Amino acid sequence: MSVRSLSSTSLFVAGALALVAPGASAQQAVNLYTTREPGLVRPLIEAFEKSSGVKVNTVFVKEGLAERVAAEGARSPADLLMEVDIGNLVDLVNRGVAQPVKSDVIEKVVPANLRDPEGRWVALSMRARLFYAAKPLGLKALGYEDLAKPEYKGKLCMRSGQHPYNTALIGAYIAHYGPEKAEAWLRGVKANLARKASGGDREVARDILGGVCELGVGNSYYVGLMRSGAGGPDQKKWGEAIDVVLPTLEGKGVHVNVSGAAVAKNAPNRAAAVKLLEWLLSDEAQAIYAQGNFEYPVSKGAVVHPIIAALGTLNVDPLPVADLVRHRKQASELVDKVGFDN
Amino acid sequence: MSAAASLDLQNLRQTFGKTLAVDDVSLRVEPGEIMCLLGHSGCGKTSLLRIVAGLERPDAGRVLIDGRDVVGPDRFTQPEQRGVGMMFQDYALFPHLTILENVTFGLSRLPAAKAGPLAASALARVGLSRYAKDYPHMLSGGEQQRVALARALAPGPGVLLMDEPFSNLDQRMRERIREETVAVLREKGATAVVVTHDPVEAMQIADRIALMRAGRILQIGTAAELYARPGSLFAARFFCDLNEIEALAVGGRIATPLGAFPAPPGLPDGQVTLCLRPFGVTLRAVDSCADSSADSALDPVGVLVQRRFLGDEDLFHVAVEGLAAPLRVRGRAAPALQPGARVSLRVDPNHVLVFGRNSV
Amino acid sequence: MRSGFSSSAFFGRGGERSWLVASACVALLVLAPFVSLGLIAAQGSGDLWPHILAYVLPQALRDTAILLAGVGVVVVTLGVGLAWLVTAYEFPGRRAFDWALLLPLATPTYIVAYAYLDLMHPIGPVQTGLRALLGLTDPRALWFPDVRTMTGCVLLLGFVLYPYVYLSTRAMFLMQAGSLLEAARTLGASRTRVFFRVALPLARPAIAVGASLALMEALNDIGASEFLGVKTLSVSIYATWINRSNLPGAAQIALAMLLVVVALILLERWARRRERYVSQAQRARRAAPLRLKGWRAGLAIALVSAPILVGFLLPAGHVASEAWKRVRFAGVSPQIWQEVLNTILVAGAATLVAATLGFLVAASARLSRAPVGGALLRAASLGYAAPGTVVAIGLMTPLFLLDNLIADGLEAAFGLSVGLLISGSGAALVYAYAVRFLTISAGGVESGLAKLSPSLDHAARALGQTAGGAMRRVHLPLIRPALGGAALLVFVDCMKELPATLLLRPLNFETLATHLYGEAARGTYEDGSVAATFIVLVGLIPVVMLARLSRRRALAWDKGAGDGEAMARDLLLPESAAAVSASAPPAQRGGA
Repeated sequence: MSVRSLSSTSLFVAGALALVAPGASAQQAVNLYTTREPGLVRPLIEAFEKSSGVKVNTVFVKEGLAERVAAEGARSPADLLMEVDIGNLVDLVNRGVAQPVKSDVIEKVVPANLRDPEGRWVALSMRARLFYAAKPLGLKALGYEDLAKPEYKGKLCMRSGQHPYNTALIGAYIAHYGPEKAEAWLRGVKANLARKASGGDREVARDILGGVCELGVGNSYYVGLMRSGAGGPDQKKWGEAIDVVLPTLEGKGVHVNVSGAAVAKNAPNRAAAVKLLEWLLSDEAQAIYAQGNFEYPVSKGAVVHPIIAALGTLNVDPLPVADLVRHRKQASELVDKVGFDN
Repeated sequence: MSAAASLDLQNLRQTFGKTLAVDDVSLRVEPGEIMCLLGHSGCGKTSLLRIVAGLERPDAGRVLIDGRDVVGPDRFTQPEQRGVGMMFQDYALFPHLTILENVTFGLSRLPAAKAGPLAASALARVGLSRYAKDYPHMLSGGEQQRVALARALAPGPGVLLMDEPFSNLDQRMRERIREETVAVLREKGATAVVVTHDPVEAMQIADRIALMRAGRILQIGTAAELYARPGSLFAARFFCDLNEIEALAVGGRIATPLGAFPAPPGLPDGQVTLCLRPFGVTLRAVDSCADSSADSALDPVGVLVQRRFLGDEDLFHVAVEGLAAPLRVRGRAAPALQPGARVSLRVDPNHVLVFGRNSV
Repeated sequence: MRSGFSSSAFFGRGGERSWLVASACVALLVLAPFVSLGLIAAQGSGDLWPHILAYVLPQALRDTAILLAGVGVVVVTLGVGLAWLVTAYEFPGRRAFDWALLLPLATPTYIVAYAYLDLMHPIGPVQTGLRALLGLTDPRALWFPDVRTMTGCVLLLGFVLYPYVYLSTRAMFLMQAGSLLEAARTLGASRTRVFFRVALPLARPAIAVGASLALMEALNDIGASEFLGVKTLSVSIYATWINRSNLPGAAQIALAMLLVVVALILLERWARRRERYVSQAQRARRAAPLRLKGWRAGLAIALVSAPILVGFLLPAGHVASEAWKRVRFAGVSPQIWQEVLNTILVAGAATLVAATLGFLVAASARLSRAPVGGALLRAASLGYAAPGTVVAIGLMTPLFLLDNLIADGLEAAFGLSVGLLISGSGAALVYAYAVRFLTISAGGVESGLAKLSPSLDHAARALGQTAGGAMRRVHLPLIRPALGGAALLVFVDCMKELPATLLLRPLNFETLATHLYGEAARGTYEDGSVAATFIVLVGLIPVVMLARLSRRRALAWDKGAGDGEAMARDLLLPESAAAVSASAPPAQRGGA
């Protein structure tokens, strides 16, 4: 094989790829980079395309969304960046890939503690970090502090401590109690684990049904996904096998994380991006968040799904969401230090 | 170290698919004897060797080593338990082991304290001690051959089997290594069965030769016996480049363009092949004027068509009336004899062999 | 044995120089992401190391070591044992098992992890069935081992990754000169001792190649080990990067890990630097397989069935049955066909590129015979030694830099505003896959070339071919099976690849793997099961082709073994005509 045939090979490859490349269209479009799962985002996009006539191109990225946008630089096609976790949202700002947006809609709909004061990110939905408990326990009110109690020894299930959902929770604990107390607490929680910290939140419910453990930590919307039957008949059984408790920190409120979005710094379709962002805060979109995805809407106007409403009134921990990020690194290091995942 | 063993093969048979590789072979090798299995490629000699080694299982027949059954109707001793050594045509040295480790390989049943010195002395016997720590690929072909010999002999096998042990060596080296190998075998007093396709090699090293064809043993005997009294045209051809003349035997006499020859006793009348060894014929220039003595006048006459110098002797092609092909004659003759010359031919009856039609 | 083919004598005349330059370009393409990772790492202060050393390394090193040792033992035991079983013995169904043993290659590890958690969970079918059998109702009444343990992870990865070792070792066993094994027997070694003292050590380069591929997969695997709660060093890279927003620190850990991997590979090669694995044997006749009968044949069948069952039939069957439920419930999404097409297109293009580049670097290493050629070959193989996400992150900087340069150029020259062409077209994926899996194709070509006698080069050159001409007209046709086999492995790997695909794909571009991951990330495995089934189905195509290819190759070497007629043919072949292959340099050199 010569260098010449090499170049003809690459021509072939380029040709093959041109077939897959999305064709440029005259239609107005907006490009969405998201770490939110496609299944959750798709209903929103479809509704937006229908109501606005703007085409949404998406790419679902797991990790490295900020890095990708940064590396793409000035020609980045990204317009709107969607993240699942407050930490990642703040990372977008820190890496300088988000731009400020001044919007009356946003300021009117979203409470100040759920958006960046300079408009570089805005929360779109909230999810509470709850307890899933075996029914025989008959638990009603409980604090996150109780997870470390010796009475739960060998009865606890959790996903990896390094998962952003958990580092955010541990960060909140540090914010409330300081690092020493948080460490002692985390050691206690670790000592209570019935199995390795692994899997996802839904495994907690499944393991409770399977008798592996009796108490665990999971996000609110999974309860809706399981109990509604959207995840299939098996998961419906898991969801119905548990009691759900809304725990508190210092008796004040539930730890809440947010999903949100930011407009990319070099957004080629900035106007469309803002339009999409504002639409995501509309009652229609917020209803999809609430009814389709079982999340808590940030807009006061939207109602939560009945399954979620039945869990009880959501009293949010008063700690500002952005403060969670402040202790994230410390929380992650604490997880290593106490060997939570080992 | 076990002493030289006897080897008995009885009515061995082996087929591969539709091919009969070994066909009812029986053979006895005496302790300390060097037996050559001689034949062309595919005659079954290697199969026979592999049956003795235990690498193939015959369809029928028995193999006895020192009187013990190793292969029988319901008996099959695994190769590692036969006390048989084998040298392969490609030497089969283990490329991942050093020379010494190769030689020590077969001594695993001995304690290391004994095996080490034994292997070292086996290596010393073939004069390769200095390569002990080298790997096989670093050695020349001849050296590899000697390592293979040392390795096969080190465990003191009762019988040593050698498959074309010299065929991978170049001509000049072959002669020397052959002699050294025989010397080592004699020194150890080993019983050896050597497979070869080269009659000269067989005659050089063997006490006895078993000539094989198509899975059968045609003839067994010493080199001299096989040469002088080949049992068949095939055997005769194997050891010598013969002139063959088709003729008719009638009443005990065979008439040929070279004159009449007596038929061997017991040969029935009919078509026969008469063979002349190339050096069983003497050429003499026919000078029409001078020498015409009574006896030479009776000799057949031909025309020299070609003369080729071969060093120690010459090769002559002589056209004789009535013969399809020129007669090949070897020997020394007067330098004056040049193509075109008329020559008389005198045939030495000791170098004439006659085979009937049914001989193969 | 190094041949007398001196590099200086031909250098620069037959075009070796241009081959070497091309090879250097390939190495540069592969090294680019690592250079960029190095630059990223240099931006960090190194302040994370005290924490890593104190709290992460002891545990992560221990877990990584246990995982690798465990997976190593499982893949080598299974791979070598199975390869020996199907090459040294003959039993009913051997030919079918011969290729069926490759099936676990078709299933990505993360799918197997999901499937086993489902199957083995207290409320999964296995335990439910057992309890029903024993008349138990309470899930707690029955003790059952948990999949979410180190042991579970080791077994799972081992049973999925063993085909890498099986494939390379089996080829080696098939080519081992029968006379070596027979010589060992006549020297008093039992079949067992022959296996351990001769066949196994001779297969060491092949085992090393296969095992290093499997171990690098295990080391860089995030999906399965994270899911099963095993914390390797790779997981720490993530924690540092994602939770502490410390990309430089993550890059530092990744590079440190890469150094260790490279050091281990070099160490293994150094340890066997003096040995040779190819006998000077002129006749590569195989030793005849031993025909097993009765209970022995039954045992052999049971032994070869078990890994197929565990590594493929159970997980794939479970996923397929889930998919079937899903299809009846929700139908097949029409997008899946587009995703199948995308998967095949990108993986196919990447395979083509990786095979071409692999041939280029391996061929130029042979042509130049200078150390630099070999070094370039090793460098080009680095992409497999690091986790996919790390390679992808490293790739982004140079990739988008190049992309922007191209866009700048086009704009300046033609006033065209085309945006980012490479990343926008999916070429970035092809590049990433090629970087990641080049070692497989280059290693395949290298070992194929190593089996060819240097006299072939000499003969071709003496007949007036240039170096490149010889490679194209003589070597390429001869190593086609080796190249084809490597290419199929690359295809399977590209198809399963996830982290780089997620990170570098263009807008609106889904492959089967990303679809599945999207569903799995949401916890809706059921929705993903259809895509998972398709991954397995598409993965089966190259695996079956691979099996056919390796069987044909085996048959070529099979003269004298297997059926009696081939044996007879070999016996009847004139000795001189059979002696064709001259001695060759070491057969398989470990691919770094």
